[in-house]
Amino acid sequence: MLKLIQDTLTSQIQTLWLVFKHAFVKADTVQYPEEAPYMSPRWRGRIILSRDPDGEERCVACNLCACACPVDCIALQKAEDDDGRWYPEFFRINFSRCIMCGFCEEACPTNAIQLTPDFEMAEYVRQDMVWEKEDLLINGTGKYHDYNFYRVAGKSIKGKDKGEALNEAGPVNVRSLLP
Amino acid sequence: MNWEVGSGLNIGVILLTVIIVAAMLIWVERRLLSLWQERLGPNRVGPFGLLQVVADMIKIFTKEDWVPPFADKFSFVLAPAIIMVAILLSFAVVPFAPGVGVIDSNIGVLFVLAMASIGAYSVMLAGLSSDNKYALLGSLRAAAQMISYEVFMGVSLLGVVALSGSFNLREIVLAQADGWYVIPQFVGFIIFLIAGIAESHRLPFDIPEAEQEICAGYHTEYSGMKFGMFFVGEYLGLVLISSLITVLFFGGWMGPEFLPPIIWFVIKSSLFIAFFILLRAAIPRPRYDQLMSYGWLFLLPLSLLNLLVTGAIILST
Repeated sequence: MLKLIQDTLTSQIQTLWLVFKHAFVKADTVQYPEEAPYMSPRWRGRIILSRDPDGEERCVACNLCACACPVDCIALQKAEDDDGRWYPEFFRINFSRCIMCGFCEEACPTNAIQLTPDFEMAEYVRQDMVWEKEDLLINGTGKYHDYNFYRVAGKSIKGKDKGEALNEAGPVNVRSLLP
Repeated sequence: MNWEVGSGLNIGVILLTVIIVAAMLIWVERRLLSLWQERLGPNRVGPFGLLQVVADMIKIFTKEDWVPPFADKFSFVLAPAIIMVAILLSFAVVPFAPGVGVIDSNIGVLFVLAMASIGAYSVMLAGLSSDNKYALLGSLRAAAQMISYEVFMGVSLLGVVALSGSFNLREIVLAQADGWYVIPQFVGFIIFLIAGIAESHRLPFDIPEAEQEICAGYHTEYSGMKFGMFFVGEYLGLVLISSLITVLFFGGWMGPEFLPPIIWFVIKSSLFIAFFILLRAAIPRPRYDQLMSYGWLFLLPLSLLNLLVTGAIILST
């Protein structure tokens, strides 16, 4: 009985002391609007469309991001310019639906769509959560600085025919019997 | 207006101060809890977040004051008023400083205990009139807890009464001029402290309103200002218990001369308020049956033993 009382008392007092000691520990709180929290570069935040090193849009309107999107928040329409390059006629992300899962970034074959560490996207009007292509496009290359899809891909465009891409062999003449 | 015990000015100032202090405790408690949990707590509204209380008050006043259609209207409205009135009345006999107080009653200790018993009606009526199972369970627990802890709350005080030879709280303070009663009555102090927490159902003895088990207990159905009265009533109880401990065991306003007596009283009471908040931050809630058996099987015999020993020592000297 005495041992029980002693154990209970000392454990209670020890608890009180341990908690009291926390008064002298610096608070963990980050005072957000004044103090910016550190966001990892791999944070999945606001979605952007990047450009290639020549300043052209990277997006080739392949629709893979829209297919991968689990909440169907991406809408786009393919168009083709005079050079033979594909580009999205419109590209629309509804950020009130977007769950920042990053599947679109994983699906993108041209590194065009990328997620950034920005998370401050609150709006007063719901319609403002829908971002068009001009809102999404940035002037830089994003995470991949010297990737240019048309320079490495076999697609022929104006000024670059089949076989002229980087590390690409010329097309094989299937009618020739020569090895 | 003259400044003496029981003057109108005195009563008004004490009433206002006590209510404002109780309301400020909402902010104090949140800041202190966050201090001990390595957070910052409310610090946005006004300097250091002091106006948080005002914001909370505005919120609570503008809320819909809803009475459930299945409730017993009269007792439902009456219950929160009782706890406020009972606890505010208890402050009448508390001697804050020489010349500061509402009444010099020669049954002060008994009056406080009587008011604590009336406070039990508040939670019982609230639970019964709400017609809600959680509220009923909460008020059952509250009634059992308050009635059983009142027993040895009273018994633990009898040691102090026996030493000072008076039920008058002001005379009890004056009798402590040679030494605070916390030293000869240490056991009584501990028992009163524990019973006081249980009486004002603060954590760790907040079993009547244990959120995890029974929502908010007896005030589950309350909203708006009626809930606010229970809320402020709880803090008033905290202030009352702290000032009673100061008066009964720590020499009330007594202290070195360089500060006025009322300041000493405030400092001592604030320390106990902070200690109660530390208890909330540190100690988990016991089970209901543990609370009851701890009270009846351990604290009651201990307080009786304390009274017996105190009486024997007084008789032998």
